[in-house]
Amino acid sequence: MQHGKYRFIVGFLAVPLGLYALFVIWPFIQSIYYSFTDWTGLSPEFSMVGFANYERMLDDSIFWKSLQHSLLFALLVPVVTIGLALFLSFMINVGGRRRRGGPVISGVRGSGFYKIVYFFPQVLSIAIVALLFAFAYNPDSGAINSVLRAVGLDDVQPLWLGDPDLALWAVMAVLVWSTVGFFVVLFSAGMASIPADLYEAALLDGASRFTTFFRITLPLLWDTVQSGWVYMGILALGAESFAVVQIMTTGPGGPDYSTTVMVLYVYQKAFRDGQAAYATTIGVALLVVTLAFAAVVMRLGRRERLEY
Amino acid sequence: MKTTETSAPVPAESGAPVTKIDLPAPGQARGKKEGTVLNVFSHGILVIWAIMVVMPLVWAVMTSFKDDASIFGSPWSLPDRLHFENWSRAWTQAHMSDYFLNTVLVVGGSLIGTLVLGSMAAYVLARFDFPGNRFIYYLFIGGMSFPIMLALVPLFYVVNNMGLLNTIHGLILVYIAYSLPFTVFFLTAFFRSLPTSVAEAAFVDGASHSRTFFQIMLPMAKPGLISVGIFNFLGQWNQYMLPTVLNTDEDKHVLTQGLVQLAVSQGYKGDWSGLFAGLVMAMLPVLAAYIIFQRQVVQGLTAGALK
Repeated sequence: MQHGKYRFIVGFLAVPLGLYALFVIWPFIQSIYYSFTDWTGLSPEFSMVGFANYERMLDDSIFWKSLQHSLLFALLVPVVTIGLALFLSFMINVGGRRRRGGPVISGVRGSGFYKIVYFFPQVLSIAIVALLFAFAYNPDSGAINSVLRAVGLDDVQPLWLGDPDLALWAVMAVLVWSTVGFFVVLFSAGMASIPADLYEAALLDGASRFTTFFRITLPLLWDTVQSGWVYMGILALGAESFAVVQIMTTGPGGPDYSTTVMVLYVYQKAFRDGQAAYATTIGVALLVVTLAFAAVVMRLGRRERLEY
Repeated sequence: MKTTETSAPVPAESGAPVTKIDLPAPGQARGKKEGTVLNVFSHGILVIWAIMVVMPLVWAVMTSFKDDASIFGSPWSLPDRLHFENWSRAWTQAHMSDYFLNTVLVVGGSLIGTLVLGSMAAYVLARFDFPGNRFIYYLFIGGMSFPIMLALVPLFYVVNNMGLLNTIHGLILVYIAYSLPFTVFFLTAFFRSLPTSVAEAAFVDGASHSRTFFQIMLPMAKPGLISVGIFNFLGQWNQYMLPTVLNTDEDKHVLTQGLVQLAVSQGYKGDWSGLFAGLVMAMLPVLAAYIIFQRQVVQGLTAGALK
């Protein structure tokens, strides 16, 4: 297999690696460098300013707000989404009525149907979902408040995205709505591969179904839960929170910066305010937060791997 | 409706176990009773979530067939008649047809490019030992966890200097570059799982390395290519952040951008029905494709997470 091996390797790797280096690696390195300059992005001239951008960032109250919101996105959205998804997939896979002669644990009727429907939002663009909910949240003509009116809650007519105290929660709920289905399908596949005799043994020993969930299902699914958490946290720190906040909230960034997130702040500083160097500084902070988040979740969640 | 109910089932999760564990009846009887109660309870919860998923979509479809007055007056009423003119207005005047065409071109080009380049790199990394193999592999994988926005600031100027800003082919190249990390990660694992004997036999028979790859290994890797292809297709079709930064010329807008742009401009014109028609127009093809290729789509999207 030696003949022409290196020529082949170089020939096959050159284009993909070159493209990747030029459009992904090189910009990353550049932006770390730019964070130590006063580059505006508008003119090619700039000079080194040391840590001035970082000092400015620590005094920037909008930066702290965006950091706070981004952390909420990374911690709360995955926890709620995964919690809800675990609950729903447990219901789908274990909540079935016991049929005579059938297995001890069985899925509900129509489990396939539920999984298909729950997955709908996952195939839609987060931008389209965000637009749809921006209208649904409209206080006067939106779907949500008119449902509240229809069930007699005429007094409960929140401004949703217009209310600085509610806007962030309203935006996060949209991310939860659109991602739960993905995890239901993912966890259902994991639950289906857990051997039924484990459940049977536990039930014979008198364990309730809810004990079996916390003592059997969850530990055996733990690897999937953990990687799902990291995956969703990274999305919630980056592209997804950018789309929902930028599209749904006024400003964008919400009334009184109540929904601004780091990724949006980077975008606005670079492409709206002409402060490219400062934008990369916030971007570096975002990088640190993302890596720290992934490291913490992987470390906190480390358990002995269970074989079955 | 959405916010309140999204959080509602969570307390139910912690409340439910208490009632179940307290049931004192022994053995069989307990199991049976618990099973029935649980069954009703789980169906109830599952139906509620299904309604919450479907209702916003149904509402959008209904709204796209109504006139502007009834959209504002009575959001949940059925349309008085099917206002198809909303759809034709969105398709022509609101440039939805252009956005569709742009999206098809960009996604078509980048999907093919991603699969070809991704499988080439993955094959070499999976099957050949050479100095730097591990380093290049982790260089690709690392791209999955870095915040893309950080790179986008300098990338804007890199792309601009190359004269690729606001061009379809420029966008295609960037899409390919940002799709490579997951594609290489997934396909490397896939090529490693394929048997080596077939490729070795071909090589002994005098086939070159590249011929072995294109005529023997690629056909064998078809299931993996389909999974990762679906994953990339949906990701690229639904992409919003990359075009927002790198594709600001309105004539070149892709679907997601075009709709957001439309929401801003229709807000001034007050043409909400046209906007909803555009939204539904963008949603339906993807939903239809999902329902038809349901099994493959689910496999493609969950494949990476299960590894």
